[in-house]
Amino acid sequence: NTMFSTSLLRVGSKLIGLLLTRKGHFNTLGLRNDFGFPPGLRTKTFLLGPTTKMNLFQSVTSALDNTLASDPTAVIFGEDVAFGGVFRCTVGLRDKYGKDRVFNTPLCEQGIVGFGIGAAVAGATAIAEIQFADYIYPAFDQIVNEAAKYRYRSGNLFDCGNLTIRAPWGCVGHGSLYHSQSPEAFFAHCPGIKVVIPRGPVQCKGLLLSCIADQNPCIFFEPKILYRAAVEQVPTEAYTIPLSQAEVIQEGSDVTLVAWGTQIHVLMEVANMAQEKLGVSCELIDLQTILPWDTETVCKSVAKTGRLLISHEAPITGGFAAEISSTVQEECFLNLEAPIARVCGYDTPFPHIFEPFYIPDKWKCFDAIKKLISY
Amino acid sequence: RVLELTGCAASMVASSRSYADFTPEATFDIKKVDLHRLEEGPPLTATLTREEGLKYYRTMQTIRRMELKADQLYKQKIIRGFCHLYDGQEACAVGIEGGITLSDHLITAYRAHGYTLTRGGTVREIMAELTGRRGGIAKGKGGSMHMYTKNFYGGNGIVGAQVPLGAGVALACKYLGNDQLCVSLYGDGAANQGQIFETYNMSSLWKLPIIFICENNQYGMGTSVERSSASTEYYKRGDYIPGLRVDGMDVLCVREATKFAADHCRSGKGPILMELQTYRYHGHSMSDPGVSYRTREEIQEVRSKSDPISMLKDRMLSNNMASIEELKEIDIAVRKEIEDAAQFATTDPEPPLDDLCSHIFANDQPFEVRAATPWTKLTSTS
Repeated sequence: NTMFSTSLLRVGSKLIGLLLTRKGHFNTLGLRNDFGFPPGLRTKTFLLGPTTKMNLFQSVTSALDNTLASDPTAVIFGEDVAFGGVFRCTVGLRDKYGKDRVFNTPLCEQGIVGFGIGAAVAGATAIAEIQFADYIYPAFDQIVNEAAKYRYRSGNLFDCGNLTIRAPWGCVGHGSLYHSQSPEAFFAHCPGIKVVIPRGPVQCKGLLLSCIADQNPCIFFEPKILYRAAVEQVPTEAYTIPLSQAEVIQEGSDVTLVAWGTQIHVLMEVANMAQEKLGVSCELIDLQTILPWDTETVCKSVAKTGRLLISHEAPITGGFAAEISSTVQEECFLNLEAPIARVCGYDTPFPHIFEPFYIPDKWKCFDAIKKLISY
Repeated sequence: RVLELTGCAASMVASSRSYADFTPEATFDIKKVDLHRLEEGPPLTATLTREEGLKYYRTMQTIRRMELKADQLYKQKIIRGFCHLYDGQEACAVGIEGGITLSDHLITAYRAHGYTLTRGGTVREIMAELTGRRGGIAKGKGGSMHMYTKNFYGGNGIVGAQVPLGAGVALACKYLGNDQLCVSLYGDGAANQGQIFETYNMSSLWKLPIIFICENNQYGMGTSVERSSASTEYYKRGDYIPGLRVDGMDVLCVREATKFAADHCRSGKGPILMELQTYRYHGHSMSDPGVSYRTREEIQEVRSKSDPISMLKDRMLSNNMASIEELKEIDIAVRKEIEDAAQFATTDPEPPLDDLCSHIFANDQPFEVRAATPWTKLTSTS
């Protein structure tokens, strides 16, 4: 049954998918487009009941809608969420559920998260929105010092597990320094919270619902470039995708590719290029949960292939690829055929005009695969 | 030839008339300022000389035309990314500069093009920075939100983060004993950030020479002040810090209030807070049409009744301080300056690739910067 529906989805995806024009790195809207998004090809779907065509922000709205309907304690707050949010993630929710459940906060990130922690401790399912991941730093103290340590320091007497923080994440083509950052590595260094990043609408809804249900404070980063670009058939009912489980999107035998969020689609193209031009079979893994991450799936895959490439937009030094690389070399040292390759952003602030040079695009990744194979 | 000479003579006659016929200075009544914890406020009249008037007119007109040109270039996709325009608020930048000197310091948030100009930047540099070219004021690396000149600390993207910086600059002024002060600006949206209140406390405790200025343009992005703030009397938010609420659409009002505030700081009394009530015609940024949270009628009304440039123009013309032809000449000269700058901004080359890694750190020796792949390294030279 699942196989039939999956193949149906593959056929459907070719009709439904939204491919961006490929002229260099950016299309005429200034959006990054060095990758395409034919949906369904990369989705092992969890077809539960009827589905609707949704893009990423609509899948967020759908998840929040399901939550507000089933959980009377759920509240959504953040800057500008009432009218629908700057990325339209909360459109219609205030009208449907009332202004005491979907409300705006003033411009104060530290206040928003602190307030969210309090609401969660008192028993409400608090879903806070930070307008851009770049603005999350005033709230860093609240997240790391308060939210992450609440259960631990109170000996399990109190916890803020009902808190979920959502933020748009990643580069978009014209965001420059403060609308493009990927701060997952800062939070990966903090035991007590979970960090989750989806790659498309189906994963987004499932993972977001898992985060909301999870009894730990979660940060959910949404790749902002995929808000409109990624379109898939998404189940309208609620469903969850387990956290801390990486997904093997494509099996292969020669090289393991690991990424999350937008970069998965770049690596998908790289995997195709590698197959066509080099005859190299790549296994593509979507990490999905950054913290705590699924070491088993990645290590099993590297034990099989012997080569690993990890890619992310965030700067290379101290980026999450470093953690993966270090763990894999501990576990799979004798299996490795080549040094682990990391293709990441440069060690500079996210640039203004230099963005096309900065991002780890498919040609840089392809080059890395060539070097891995010929080591 | 005769006609040419006659024409020449006529214009000579016309310009020679200007020195004899125009009023050299005039005094205007300005709106009373609301006070918080102050016995006296700025004076109720302001004196404007002809030179000052022409200078303010030219600067405000330059800012206005520059912002409109930026709007045009943005729609043509020559400027990309984020662009927050200042038209409507010109009286604030020009008035503040009229009350301080270029050796004083100023820091503001992202709606910074006007201040970059009043603080010594040129239109060419500003526009080239918007288009991200090497002739830009930040060498093309900052863009719209990050423009800097001497004693002007930007241009800051993160809302509210610039205010504690301003206090630090003020501390340096006090420490060095150079009688300078720092003007620290923020908007009505930022007024709710915690770090603003931390800054109020520090600057008041240590009596720092800082003028806090809240540019209240009624909307924080799309949220009106009533919906975001428990108290919309931003000039009172400093609590123990004395405050003034000033009409930010009248350049003379702003100038007199700034002079008053500067005297307050320089006499060692510590910080002072000014709220400028102003208005922006454009939306929050170029991606905001600006009409979903306010009506076009409201924008039109402000434009027709309180436009800062029209107000100054009317004052000067009705007091015979300038002729309408003279002002038109200024308009034409400004237009030309903007056109030249736009031309430069469009044709100047982009910064070289080496600049991607330059100035990350201060380094005497060039050092290697890790790049996207393990075998590529770039060099950072500062």
